[in-house]
Amino acid sequence: MDMQTNKKKLGLKEKYAHMTRGLDWETSYQSMDKVFPQATFEGIKIHDWDKWEDPFRLTMDSYWKYQAEKERKLYAVLDAFAQNNGHLGITDARYINAIKLFLTGISPLEYVAHRGFAAAGRNFPGVGPRVACLMQSLDEVRHAQTQIHALSNYNKHYDGFHDFKHMLERVWYLSVPKSFFDDAFSSGPFEWMIAIGFSFEYVLTNLLFVPFMSGAAYNGDMATVTFGFSAQSDEARHMTLGLECIKFMLEQDPDNLPIVQKWIDKWAWRGIRVLTLVGMMMDYMLPKRVMSWKEAWEIYFEQNGGALFGDLARYGVKVPECITQCTIDKEHISHQAWATFYQYGGAAAFHTWMPTDDEMDWLSAKYPTSFDKYYRARFTYWRDEAAKGNRFYTNTLPMLCQVCQIPMLFTEPDDPGQICYRESDYEGEKYHTCSDGCKKIFDDEPQKYIQAWLPVHQIYQGNCFPEGTDPTVEGFNPLAKVLEWYHLEHGKDNLDFEGSRDQKNFDTWRGLATKNT
Amino acid sequence: MQIDLRTVSIKPVRQTFDHIARRFGDKPASRYQEGTYDLQQTDIFHYRPLWEPELQLFDVRRTKVQMKDWYALKDPRQFYYGSYTIARARQQEAAESSFEMIEERGLAELIPAELKQTALDILVPMRHVEWGGNMGNSFISAYGYGTAITQPCLYHAMDHLAVAQYLTHIGLVLDGPEALDNAKDAWMKDALWQPMRRHVENVLVVQDWFEIFTAQNLVLEGLSYPLFYDYLDADFSANGGTVISMMTRFMAEWAAETAKWVDAQVKVAAAESAENKALISDWVKQYRTPVLEALAPLAKRAFGDKAESVLTEVTDQFNARCAKLGLAI
Amino acid sequence: MSTVFIAFQTNDDTRPIIESILADNPHAVLDEQPAMVKINAEGHLVINRESIEERIGRHFDLQELQINLITISGHLDEDDDQFSLTWKN
Repeated sequence: MDMQTNKKKLGLKEKYAHMTRGLDWETSYQSMDKVFPQATFEGIKIHDWDKWEDPFRLTMDSYWKYQAEKERKLYAVLDAFAQNNGHLGITDARYINAIKLFLTGISPLEYVAHRGFAAAGRNFPGVGPRVACLMQSLDEVRHAQTQIHALSNYNKHYDGFHDFKHMLERVWYLSVPKSFFDDAFSSGPFEWMIAIGFSFEYVLTNLLFVPFMSGAAYNGDMATVTFGFSAQSDEARHMTLGLECIKFMLEQDPDNLPIVQKWIDKWAWRGIRVLTLVGMMMDYMLPKRVMSWKEAWEIYFEQNGGALFGDLARYGVKVPECITQCTIDKEHISHQAWATFYQYGGAAAFHTWMPTDDEMDWLSAKYPTSFDKYYRARFTYWRDEAAKGNRFYTNTLPMLCQVCQIPMLFTEPDDPGQICYRESDYEGEKYHTCSDGCKKIFDDEPQKYIQAWLPVHQIYQGNCFPEGTDPTVEGFNPLAKVLEWYHLEHGKDNLDFEGSRDQKNFDTWRGLATKNT
Repeated sequence: MQIDLRTVSIKPVRQTFDHIARRFGDKPASRYQEGTYDLQQTDIFHYRPLWEPELQLFDVRRTKVQMKDWYALKDPRQFYYGSYTIARARQQEAAESSFEMIEERGLAELIPAELKQTALDILVPMRHVEWGGNMGNSFISAYGYGTAITQPCLYHAMDHLAVAQYLTHIGLVLDGPEALDNAKDAWMKDALWQPMRRHVENVLVVQDWFEIFTAQNLVLEGLSYPLFYDYLDADFSANGGTVISMMTRFMAEWAAETAKWVDAQVKVAAAESAENKALISDWVKQYRTPVLEALAPLAKRAFGDKAESVLTEVTDQFNARCAKLGLAI
Repeated sequence: MSTVFIAFQTNDDTRPIIESILADNPHAVLDEQPAMVKINAEGHLVINRESIEERIGRHFDLQELQINLITISGHLDEDDDQFSLTWKN
């Protein structure tokens, strides 16, 4: 035998094939159906798992090598940032509220993604997708942890970060991202891949990470930039997995197309609704702005998503049907969301404020057809009232959409002055949704969406007070009790930025750095 | 304006997150603690899973073992992603340089033919057993309860994939791609491997995740790793097959490290209640028998006449280990 | 033709990589953003191992790209010598 020719000749593709593909086998002591019980119930037909093309071909040893390198770099930056009080180098303490929303609303979901991809990595009968899903599961626990570690130093100095896991499960606006991931994880493995692997990772995470992290860089937050970009480097792998997965499903059987299309439509819309929060962060919460939500949307969804769907057209896949609505919405949603949070600023675990004149000018320049016409007057009025000591807070509770769980704040596609409501009947009950997109999702799976734990309904039902609360006592203040149940410290975590403890501490600490005492 | 932020001495408002402070007090917490404790959601799930509508997404009822606090199952290595990958990157660097040296200098040709054949017959087909270990541990990582145990189970799953890949590499070094085909053939058809394959497949359909943990991480690994990476390895070294030992060093080191973690889990779970102790002890007894039956023909092939005494020693050590963990086996 | 892109963190490791991409893809357009460099190209983009090696004077494994990669768009194909992104429409 010629040893020399056996060795070295193996190229990357061939070597990877040996390292993974040969590992599994057709079981015979137990049936394949029993070993992979979740493989068929969603109706997706796969005839030959070997047709799967591995996009990135990482073996575990290379994975460890490159990921360890990333981790060393990242933690060196985090250590330096903490040691040097890097948080005092950010542009303005208002910025910190954006990353509060990140830690409470996004990091815990990276964790759920980790568990969901572990499940997908166990459930597919093909070794190629399984290994890719498991690596993604590992990356996702990385993202949850690096975000927590990066923001841990902010938590030591600022309010609103301190009980993120408890809040995620309870606070009204955090049920928006939480229910999104609960929805995906409670689906089968194929739908999970379209929901998270394709729609979220391929179509939407660029919108979350790239402009937002550039914004963090602009605002001097090197800890966040570093974890953001470092996480995003894994996303490149995740995106190729999502894309490969959808191609594979479509190539395996023509019957898969209608199922896949339905999921694409559903999850594009679900994801876009969640990203409303990101739009608001970009347009209102970054003191120095890189680009508007609308611009980011145009680059990363319209152009990039357009290229993607153009490419998938050969399989018969159509652009998600929500695109028309989104083209209208991109002018409005960030303003509508910020207006809502401003009014409900008493019940949010971050501070809110009205933009300055300069900032409003920037918003009018970026949104020439909508900002001045629909929002500027209201925002100016609120700001002037606040200056006179009449900061406006609303004390009623909003109606929530049964699907996306966002308060009914979005407007009719043909009338930006009219709040949009849709209604469905199911088993004698009425259910309300915020849009045609959410109504369609509800009507397709009402038995799933009627289960939603809607924070406002739950408050009205008395399920959101601390144990032992007696709502019949005189002077009972339901909002105070709800905040207590959220672990939200009234006067510290919530209310306007102006006058907040964050604002005072930041100014004092920065003063220590710039003045002689 | 240049700000010298370093000179500012400020007093933090709090030292750590509330859920960490509730457990350990408000004092600086480690990265392991902040990256692990209470990270998994426990309350308020919106939808019942389509794949198991009778349970919640994360549900304590997916195993019969019960714990008051699932975070008692902590990892003595305190691995979070960063410390885990950095530790493994160091180990892989050593392994990579061994493989490089062996391949560059053609050291595999120095291995006595008989030892090489043993490695091809025993070690290379074990890559399929490792893949089973990957599947069992990814199941636990998905459906187990509490980040303290689900997190290291994913690391353990990936480690099994890595071992499967090192074994593949050994096959490629010793005999090229045919080695892998032959090993798979043996795995599927040879009488030598059928008891092992039957056992691995039986564990693949177990639904109780702590039962999988016991069957896979304690019993199968606890009996097979010493047999192959301790006893057989010593045989290789003693008979001119040090080159093989160079290629299996990762496995030997890894088994010693991970056994400590496995022990910590079993010990704490068994000490929690008489019910847990009985349950885990029964699982050990239940799975020890088929594992030993599966290892017997492999030991015979690897050790010849010594097989029985080697297997007895390995079993005795395993039983002593279980007794130390508080199990009644 | 649709645009493919690749983005890297801006640092010393990525400078030679970006240089070699621009040299090998005359149709590519550079887009510099805070802490990030994005390269857009109509239809396709290739990264050649050899071009990077010429600039850094050592062996380069294309999988090293992942350390500083931020994002990509397009179908990926990777072997030992080349990393390419393409849209087929």
